[in-house]
Amino acid sequence: MPKYQLTVNGRKYNVDSPAERPLLDVLREDLELTGTKYGCGEGQCRACTVLLESSPVTSCVVQVSAASRKKITTIEGLASGGQLHAVQQAFIDESAMQCGYCTPGMILRTVNLLQKFPNPTDEQIMQEMNGSLCRCCGYERILSAVRRAVKNNQEKSHAA
Amino acid sequence: MQPEQEQDRYELRESPPYQFPVTRREFIEVAGIVICLTPLYPAMAADTAGSARITMDPNGIITVRSGKVEFGQGARTEIAMAVAEELQIPLSRIRVILGDTELCPNDGITAGSRTTPSTLPQVHQSVTEFIAQNPPAPEKKKKILGTSHGRTDAKEIVTGTHLYPSDIRRPGMLYGCVLRAPAYGWKLKSIDGSSISKMKNVHLVQDQNFAACCAATSFEARQAVERLAATANWTEASHPSHDDLPQVLKQFAENPREQSKGSVQKALETSQKRIRATYQAPYIQHAPMEPRAAVAEWNSGKLTIWTGTQNPFGVQQQLQQAFHLPENRVRVIVPDTGGGFGGKHTGEVAIEAARLAKEVNKPVSLRWTRAEEFMWAYFRPAALYEIEAAIDADGKIMAWDYSVYNAGMAGIQTPYRIENVRTRFFATNSPLREGSYRGIAATANNYSRECMMDELAHACKQDPLDFRLNNLENPRLRDVLIAATDEFNWKSRKKSLKKGSGIGLACGVEKGSYIATCVEIELQGSRILVKDVQAAYECGRILNPSNVEAQVHGAIIQGLGGALTEEIQFRNGRLLNGSFSKYPVPRFSDVPPIRTKLLDRPDLTSVGASETPIITIAPAIVNALFQATGERTRSLPVKPGRSQDSRTESA
Repeated sequence: MPKYQLTVNGRKYNVDSPAERPLLDVLREDLELTGTKYGCGEGQCRACTVLLESSPVTSCVVQVSAASRKKITTIEGLASGGQLHAVQQAFIDESAMQCGYCTPGMILRTVNLLQKFPNPTDEQIMQEMNGSLCRCCGYERILSAVRRAVKNNQEKSHAA
Repeated sequence: MQPEQEQDRYELRESPPYQFPVTRREFIEVAGIVICLTPLYPAMAADTAGSARITMDPNGIITVRSGKVEFGQGARTEIAMAVAEELQIPLSRIRVILGDTELCPNDGITAGSRTTPSTLPQVHQSVTEFIAQNPPAPEKKKKILGTSHGRTDAKEIVTGTHLYPSDIRRPGMLYGCVLRAPAYGWKLKSIDGSSISKMKNVHLVQDQNFAACCAATSFEARQAVERLAATANWTEASHPSHDDLPQVLKQFAENPREQSKGSVQKALETSQKRIRATYQAPYIQHAPMEPRAAVAEWNSGKLTIWTGTQNPFGVQQQLQQAFHLPENRVRVIVPDTGGGFGGKHTGEVAIEAARLAKEVNKPVSLRWTRAEEFMWAYFRPAALYEIEAAIDADGKIMAWDYSVYNAGMAGIQTPYRIENVRTRFFATNSPLREGSYRGIAATANNYSRECMMDELAHACKQDPLDFRLNNLENPRLRDVLIAATDEFNWKSRKKSLKKGSGIGLACGVEKGSYIATCVEIELQGSRILVKDVQAAYECGRILNPSNVEAQVHGAIIQGLGGALTEEIQFRNGRLLNGSFSKYPVPRFSDVPPIRTKLLDRPDLTSVGASETPIITIAPAIVNALFQATGERTRSLPVKPGRSQDSRTESA
C-alpha cells in the first residue's frame, strides 16, 4: 500500500493508504481527528472543511495522495497552549451553534476569510461562507460570530 | 384551551427491520420477557426514579440525569439552568447526563416539544426531593431561568473535541457498510461473495435480505460493498412516481377520523358565498447534518450502542426484540447528536451496527452516507387537502369543511371561531416511508388553513389581518397576530408596495405556543425573493431567551426550504434528487432579514419552542405571492406559474 506523509496541525504522520482514499477518512479513522465531520461526501456542505496549505478544502473529496507532504490544519489545531483561537471564541460569545456539527467547518472558513480579507465586505463574507450548510439554520448567529471575529481582528491589529 | 397532544400516528410502528435467528440459550433467557415488552413507544412516561436523577459527588459536583437527548434544541442547557437555579450554584458545577438507558430515567422520546413542559417539572420535583434530603434549602436569590445561556458544552464543540455518535471509537473497532437496494421495494436475491474474496481483511455478513461488509477502514468496506453490488440480483417491485402523488394518496385512503360540530352541509348551502380549494404538499427530508450513525459493541452477551436517536428507550426495545435480549443486556447511549428535526426516532442503524458487531465479534461503527440518509431515512408525509368554506356578507366564516389526506392530525382543528365545522383525517398507504418532522402535521395543516383563510379574506374583500381578527377569539393568538403586524407596519406597508412585491401573513397555534409571521416578497423573474420576515412568538414564560430566539429563527429558515425549494422526487422506486446538490436546502444567501418579537408571559407555563415557529412561514409566503401577482399557488414548494385551477367559488 502506498505511504504518505502528512503534516497535520504541525505534527508529521506517516500513513499507509490507497491513494484515492478521502483525506477525511484518513483524518478521522487513522489519525483519530474526528473534529472534521462527514456531511455529504460530495463537497456540497463543507462540514469536512480543513485548511490545506492554508486554503480551505472539502476533505471528503480530496484524495489522500493530493495531501501528501502538505500542511493541513484541522479544527483540533486552531487553539494553542490552551488558548482558544479568536474565531472559536467569537462562536462561543455569539452562541453561534445549535447542534454544532457544522461548527468546525464554519470556524475554519472564517479563519480563511480573515486571512484573505482582514476587513471583509458583506459580499466577501457571503462569498466565503455561502457554501457551508447548517441544517439547524443558525445562519444569523454564525454571521454574527464572523462579524465579531472580524471586529476583534481589527481591534487587535490597531492595538499592534 | 389545552393544546392537543400530537397524535402518535407518526411514531412509526414498524417491526424491527431485521429479525435475527435466536439460539436456544437466548430463547430460554428471554422467554418471559418478550411477551411483557411494553409498547414500542410508551406514553411520555412519568418517571418514579425521583432523586436518583440527582446526585452530588464529594467535590460538590451535581449530576442530573434525563432520558431526553440533545440534538441542538437546547435540552442540556435548559436542564442545567433549572437545577442551577433551584440549588443556587453555578452552571459549571452541574453535569448533565442525557439519553443513557442504563443511567437515566425513561423520560420518553425527545419529540413533540415535550422536554420543557413534561421533563422540566420532573427535574424540579427531583431537585425539591434532593434539597429535602440535603438541607438547608438555598435562598433563591439569583435567577437563572429567564436569562440567556448558550450551550454548556460550547468549548468542546468549537475545538472539535465533542464526540458525536459518528465520532465514537472503541478498541479494535471496524467500519461497516450495508448493501442497499437500488430502488424501493426491491429484495436481494443473490450476490457473488467471491467478488470480494481477494479483499482479505473484509468480512462479509449476510443473511436473508441483508448483506454488509466490515473492514478496518470505511473506504475498504464501501469498496467491498460496491463490488458486491455489481454482482447483486434483485427481485424488482413496481413503485409510483411523485407525479402520481395526489391520486395515490387518495386511492388508498382509509375511512376518515372525523370530528364535527353544527351542521356544515346546511351552512355551506345557505351562506352568501362558498369556496372550495385543494392544496398539496410533497414529501420532504430532514437531512440533518449528521446522518444516522451507531457504534455497537458486544461484551459477554451484553450489547452497548452509541447512536444518534431521539428515542433511546424505544431503540433499546427494538434492539431487545431484534436480538432477543432482556432489557438489562442492552444499553443505548445517545451522545449529543448532529441534528434530528423529528427525523431520528428510529433505530435502524443501531440494529445494523449491532448485527455486524455480533458477526465479526468486534465493535463496529456504521455511519449512513448522505445518499442512504436521503433514501432510507423516513420522510415528512406528503399531503393532500380538500377544503370548503362559506362566508356571509360581513365576512363571518359560516362553515368550515376540512379534509386532509396523510399529513396527520396535529393542528387539524381551526383556531378560528366557526359554528359549523367538520374535520376529517384520511390515513393512507404512503408509497414512501414517512414519520415525524419538526411540527409535522401542524405545519401541513396550518399551511393549507392559513392559505384558505387568505382566499376567504379576498373573497369578501377584507384585509387578511382584519378578516382573521374578525373571526378570532383566542386571546393569545390575537396577541401574536397583532404584535407581528404592528411591528411589520402591515397596514401602511400594504399601501406602499412596488409592482411585483407583496406582503402576506399567517398565524397559528400548536403544542401550546403561538406564532404569527408577516413576510414581504419580491418576484424576480420566476424566483421569489423573501425580503423581510417579522415574527411574533409566545410560548408562556421564556426560560432561555437566546435559545428561544435561535429556535424561532432556525425554524423559520428551515421552513423557507419547505416553502420554496424542497420536494422529494421519485420514479420507478428510485430517488431522483437524494443529494445536497440536487435537493436545495436554505443556505446563507437565502436568509432574509428576520425580526422576532418574543412575547414573554411569566404568568403562564413554559412550553417547548423548537417546533411551532415553523408552521406559518410557508402560508405567509403563498399569501404574499398572491398579493404580488394575483396568482394563487396551492402546491408546495411555492413556484410562481404553478398555480392550479383547483378553486371554485359560488354565490
